[in-house]
Amino acid sequence: MNIYSSLVNIVGKDFASNRPEELYMYSRDPGAQPPRKVDYVVMPKTVEAVQEIVMLANKERIPITPMGGGFTTCALTVPIKGGIVLDMKRMDKIIEVNEKSKYAVVEAGVSQGALKSYLEKHYPYLQHSTPEAPPTVTVVGNLLIDGHGHLTPMHGVNSSMINGMEVVLPTGEICKIGSCSISPYWFTRRHLPDLAGLFIGWFGTTGIVTKISIQLFPKPKLRDCIVFSTDDPDSLPDVIFEVFQTEVAENFFIIAQDKPDWMFGHIYIVILMTGDSEEEFELKKRQLSRMFDERVKFMEETPPAFKRRFLDVPPFAATAADFAKGGGFEYVGGILPIEKVPEAWRGSFKIVRRHNVVFSIAVQPLDCGHSVMFGPIYSFNRADEENIERVRKALEETDKLILDLGGVLWKAELPGQKLMMERMDPNTVELMKKVKRTLDPNGIMNPGNWE
Amino acid sequence: MALEDYKNIIHRCFRCGYCRFTSDCSYLGFNCPVYDKYRLETYSPGGMMWLIRAWKEKDIEWTDSLATILYSCTTCNNCVEHCKFKFRGDIVNIIVAAREEMVENGLVLPPVRRFLENVYLYGNPYRELRTNRDKWTEGTKMKQYTGEEFLYYIGCVGSYDARCQEVARALADVLLEAGLSFGILGSQEDCDGNEVRILGEKRLFETLVEKNTKMCDELGVKKIVTLSPHSYNAFKNYYPDRFEVFHYTQILRDLIKKGRLTFSRELAYKVTFHDPCFLGRHNSEYEAPREILASIPGIELVEMERNRADAFCCGGGSGNFYTDFFGGREGSPARNRVREAYETGASILAVACPTCMTMLTDAAKSEGLEENLAIKDISEIVKESL
Repeated sequence: MNIYSSLVNIVGKDFASNRPEELYMYSRDPGAQPPRKVDYVVMPKTVEAVQEIVMLANKERIPITPMGGGFTTCALTVPIKGGIVLDMKRMDKIIEVNEKSKYAVVEAGVSQGALKSYLEKHYPYLQHSTPEAPPTVTVVGNLLIDGHGHLTPMHGVNSSMINGMEVVLPTGEICKIGSCSISPYWFTRRHLPDLAGLFIGWFGTTGIVTKISIQLFPKPKLRDCIVFSTDDPDSLPDVIFEVFQTEVAENFFIIAQDKPDWMFGHIYIVILMTGDSEEEFELKKRQLSRMFDERVKFMEETPPAFKRRFLDVPPFAATAADFAKGGGFEYVGGILPIEKVPEAWRGSFKIVRRHNVVFSIAVQPLDCGHSVMFGPIYSFNRADEENIERVRKALEETDKLILDLGGVLWKAELPGQKLMMERMDPNTVELMKKVKRTLDPNGIMNPGNWE
Repeated sequence: MALEDYKNIIHRCFRCGYCRFTSDCSYLGFNCPVYDKYRLETYSPGGMMWLIRAWKEKDIEWTDSLATILYSCTTCNNCVEHCKFKFRGDIVNIIVAAREEMVENGLVLPPVRRFLENVYLYGNPYRELRTNRDKWTEGTKMKQYTGEEFLYYIGCVGSYDARCQEVARALADVLLEAGLSFGILGSQEDCDGNEVRILGEKRLFETLVEKNTKMCDELGVKKIVTLSPHSYNAFKNYYPDRFEVFHYTQILRDLIKKGRLTFSRELAYKVTFHDPCFLGRHNSEYEAPREILASIPGIELVEMERNRADAFCCGGGSGNFYTDFFGGREGSPARNRVREAYETGASILAVACPTCMTMLTDAAKSEGLEENLAIKDISEIVKESL
């Protein structure tokens, strides 16, 4: 029996494809990376189906690339060496919400939007950390790429909110990690060897996560944003430091963009605040508004555009896709020490001016201000190859800039991964290889990444 | 507009996916009927945009499977309603333009070809004789149009589908009861062409428009009341702008308000209403059907979670009631929709569209719900309460 027929036997005819349309679609994402070959697309519904597909892939020595929302914009879910794309979105059950211990157990295809709406309907006083991404992206995908969310500035990178997981190992075993491996409760992954680390940030090269437990947090009743502006990038480390000294910001962005004209050349600091009463809310607002020196000005009236852009959860980040009237954007997620923000700011401006690309910057402080995600966003026209090529060059130079400043690249695209591996301690590289070889002896899991 | 005319727009879709959902705050289910059933990225509105562009750019060849994907779209306009970008109004237009290109190049699939050939040869997609078009009037007091205030236009589904013939008769009885001045075209009636246009047969649609307009002009028609929202959409938006066009729910609502229709029977029914895409999202009429139901004594109107601009399509649009690209299997839009209606606790699922009537009636049977959930047209409920 050929591979396609075997896949049809596992998931049914509607959910296995080697048709040119699916192969085209899954061979690219909305970012600027070039398309790559795909041989099959398959949508499993159960963990047993995932297990069967993994066994088949081992037998046939064919690569598998797991995919959630497919929205990394840096082609992490596009196979490098062909094979099967495992689109997880049919595994879309919200299995459990534990109200008192505040966690949700979800299957790998549950979208951010679905979990958000489910909580709003059944537990309106709880929320999960939702990324600045369309509601179609998956909870599990975001967690596994070390994604950020609207609670990340105060509570940490989303992957720190993982309580446990179920994984299909590259050799086909189903394995539980965290408290769920020894009890019915998915309430913690701590106090045991932290095996979750074998699957976070590995881009699907070490296994296929089929279920995850994510921590939930209280959801305050009120939410608003206040805005400061400055023209001085050197003030930004102090700004970040001071805001986190107050512990009153739920979320926090530093942004700049060329359009509209009134934003050109200025830096805007957008602070999202929450409260359960108007009184609390006003107090926080007053406290924050008086915080900075004359370099950083409080805007008495928050521009309506900022309210539209930032108050929704998730905010409408995809707007950048139309900045160049072309349906594409990609960004570098540069994780930096706080004090490096001014240099990164100036450096990235030089890069965009050199390559003449439409761009915006979004900086989100992480983990209570222990680092930032420095994100120059390059918008491009998908119908203009020359424009895409300029963006690729800008991305590559920005990768180098971040690494030269001592940073690391979040969810790095293939060239970015290679740059990091070149600079990495050789023993660390060897350890990564050993981990991969041990877990995936046939090298079937998203090969080409972290190599 | 031809596909070429969208060349500066078609690549602008980022595939962010807002088009698959309902309103901003509810992402619990997918509201694009095609994506909800197939779940592959290719079957999302954005996926279709990407595929059409790839086909135009010769990155992919035309195949049966490409045509199947593009003809699966019911043109329900959910994507247009919920897309966040300024080009949202063109999403369905681009899909229709791609179909036009397929028709021009002889690349349509057999069910679509049969639909179009039948309309061309017989004036309806069912290959039924034109002389049978007025069979539904047997036993009624229907009169040919001879200059009355309104032309009552039935459409193909209402004229030939047995269940929908009952609806056409019920509405006629109600209009007669209200003393409305109206007549019908009977066997002279031709297809309005709504689905023909959407399936991409632009020339046949133009022929139908010309023929129907000429006939209406010769008869002196000034006002048209349609049984089907599909006909309403065609006459209102794609015919010469010299007719006043109404969907029947708009006329009934006004007749009730003016006291020309009075109710004598209380109906102790719990009813939920399914918004037809071509009345709601395509033409923004959400209230007329609800106002009618609310005015009937005894009726308790309960809403499905997905209603008005968020209503979930029955899957019958764009000729799918005939071409049947969804099939009636588990997970088909109509079956999902009747389950949603049943979950409201309603005993009646009210419709205002013959296409929805056929799709949802079949789905209720497939789901084993026909004993618990009656599918009734609003005109039938009104008639029962007179």
